[in-house]
Amino acid sequence: MSGLPPYATFTQKLWHYAFRVICGIVFFFLIAPIIVIVPLSFNAQDFFTFTPEMLALDPDGYSFKHYNDFFTNPDWQQAMWNSVRIAPMATLLSVSFGTLAAIGLSQPHVPFRRALMAILISPMIVPLIISAAGMYFFYSRVGLQGSYWGVVLAHAALGIPFVIITVTATLVGFDRSLTRAAANLGANPVTTFAKVQMPLILPGVISGGLFAFITSFDEVVVVLFVGSAGQKTLPWQMFTGLREQISPTILAVATILVTISAILLATIEILRRRSERLRGMSPG
Amino acid sequence: MGASRTADNFVVFEKVQKSYDGETLVVKDLNLSIAKGEFLTMLGPSGSGKTTCLMMLAGFETATHGEILLDGKPINNIPPHKRGIGMVFQNYALFPHMTVAENLAFPLEVRKIGKTEREEKVQRALGMVQMGEFGGRRPAQLSGGQQQRIALARALVFEPELVLMDEPLGALDKQLREHMQFEITNLAHELGITTVYVTHDQTEALTMSDRVAVFDDGRIQQLAAPDVLYEEPENSFVAQFIGENNTLLGKVESIMNGNCTVSLDSGEIIDAKAVNVSSVGERTLVSIRPERVEINKSRLMEGAHTLKAEVLEFIYMGDVFRTRLRVAGKDDFVVKTRNAPDQVRLEAGKIIELGWLPDDCRALDA
Repeated sequence: MSGLPPYATFTQKLWHYAFRVICGIVFFFLIAPIIVIVPLSFNAQDFFTFTPEMLALDPDGYSFKHYNDFFTNPDWQQAMWNSVRIAPMATLLSVSFGTLAAIGLSQPHVPFRRALMAILISPMIVPLIISAAGMYFFYSRVGLQGSYWGVVLAHAALGIPFVIITVTATLVGFDRSLTRAAANLGANPVTTFAKVQMPLILPGVISGGLFAFITSFDEVVVVLFVGSAGQKTLPWQMFTGLREQISPTILAVATILVTISAILLATIEILRRRSERLRGMSPG
Repeated sequence: MGASRTADNFVVFEKVQKSYDGETLVVKDLNLSIAKGEFLTMLGPSGSGKTTCLMMLAGFETATHGEILLDGKPINNIPPHKRGIGMVFQNYALFPHMTVAENLAFPLEVRKIGKTEREEKVQRALGMVQMGEFGGRRPAQLSGGQQQRIALARALVFEPELVLMDEPLGALDKQLREHMQFEITNLAHELGITTVYVTHDQTEALTMSDRVAVFDDGRIQQLAAPDVLYEEPENSFVAQFIGENNTLLGKVESIMNGNCTVSLDSGEIIDAKAVNVSSVGERTLVSIRPERVEINKSRLMEGAHTLKAEVLEFIYMGDVFRTRLRVAGKDDFVVKTRNAPDQVRLEAGKIIELGWLPDDCRALDA
């Protein structure tokens, strides 16, 4: 077998194969529940199970009717439109504030930077239901509850930790003497940021932004608390769909969301490789 | 008078102090004038304050006390990007997302210099460091020595009058380093720019500079031309830091006409030049360069004091012989002799007599 040296003991051999089995099981539990949705979303019946026709691979057992329902049903269309309006705006806010926060917090002279960082990251750690309830009470007081901007701000708060973490990670590898060099060569701080720092941390900013986008696009708990019927997003509609209608359209929507997420994650990976090449970590 | 004043005092540090934590001073009361067109090296061990001085001049650190003047004007309140000082960083600090040509064009772009003039200057600067063909490459595609040249070209491309260099050759191998030392000094003198060079490598300091400021403990210990620094160190730190030195501890017995006799702790008497001692009975550290020790008695002055020495080790180094001896109770006394046809190779265990001219043996502070 590849990877096993000829002098491996019995225990080493056992562990070698056990390791592969464990990895296989982990992948199975993570991916199988998602994969199984995809064929089910093409079900010709209004059921959540595989019909005998589907199992026999009979073309009549499959159809696009749930996709059709999604694209024609006004409830789903409204939900999609809401998601499309909310997620990009929340992402924009997350990226702007998160990037600025990450740059600020990576300056060594900032006081209490660890504490500040912990506070900004907390939406990721605190149970979502607690953040949601807190936001509900706070936003009700200031009159943001049930408004478009309320949901956008709430989602931005949830997305900021992702941006901070990814941008901080790129800043760790960022050579501070580059900003000094730029200043020395005559560039003012704004030019230095735009021409030197931003291009180099851009991959971190973009992948943070994509995470923030996915967070907002997939989020259901906070929007249930902070939003009103006017801000019903796709996940919210899926949630009610599950509870009230048990319509397989949910499976079609889920398949679409999984596809979008997969594309976004692939984008992140491509960007990461590009940034490594730019920094000269691997030959271009 | 004004013109000559700024020519001799192009860069001036006036009673500059620097403290990072408000308690300990990293730079203590620094006074230094650098003339226009001079190549000045700040040499010292790490933590001696030399890099801090350079950073204050570049504007990345602010002086806690005192004033720094550039061309007669105080620059304490001028931000780094308005100082117009070129700088070569220790790790080169080339922008990895830009090509070599874009790196060089950067300082010209921020100065709003037109495209044609920009390209012309970039090409000229690249030619200056023999890198004309490399404009389209990225820094990651260049070797260490090539990156060093680009960093140098970038610091010179906007024609600053003052260029700072922070251990720019530290990452290069020995041969390349020696070659670059030569190129940098030539370029600096050709262009007539004032250069402040920071290094902890004494060979670099001696071979490149017009004057060397030896830093230790936040102070300039000696500021002098390389030959003066090597041959006439003013205190025991400089004597030991620059080049190799044999040191012997003793007490001043008599002082006369700038020369003195010292009785060593082992009881022997030697002649020395009184540099940093003023009174009889004072403790002193006597220092002698290994190449100034004479083992051929006939070349010594009449009546010169000599010491008995036991040869411990003979090392053949090619151009020189290095002999380790036990002298006055110390067994790390080194003598260097040139590999000449008539030179004797001393064998371990042999007892010889050695001496020196009083001028070559300096009695310094203990």
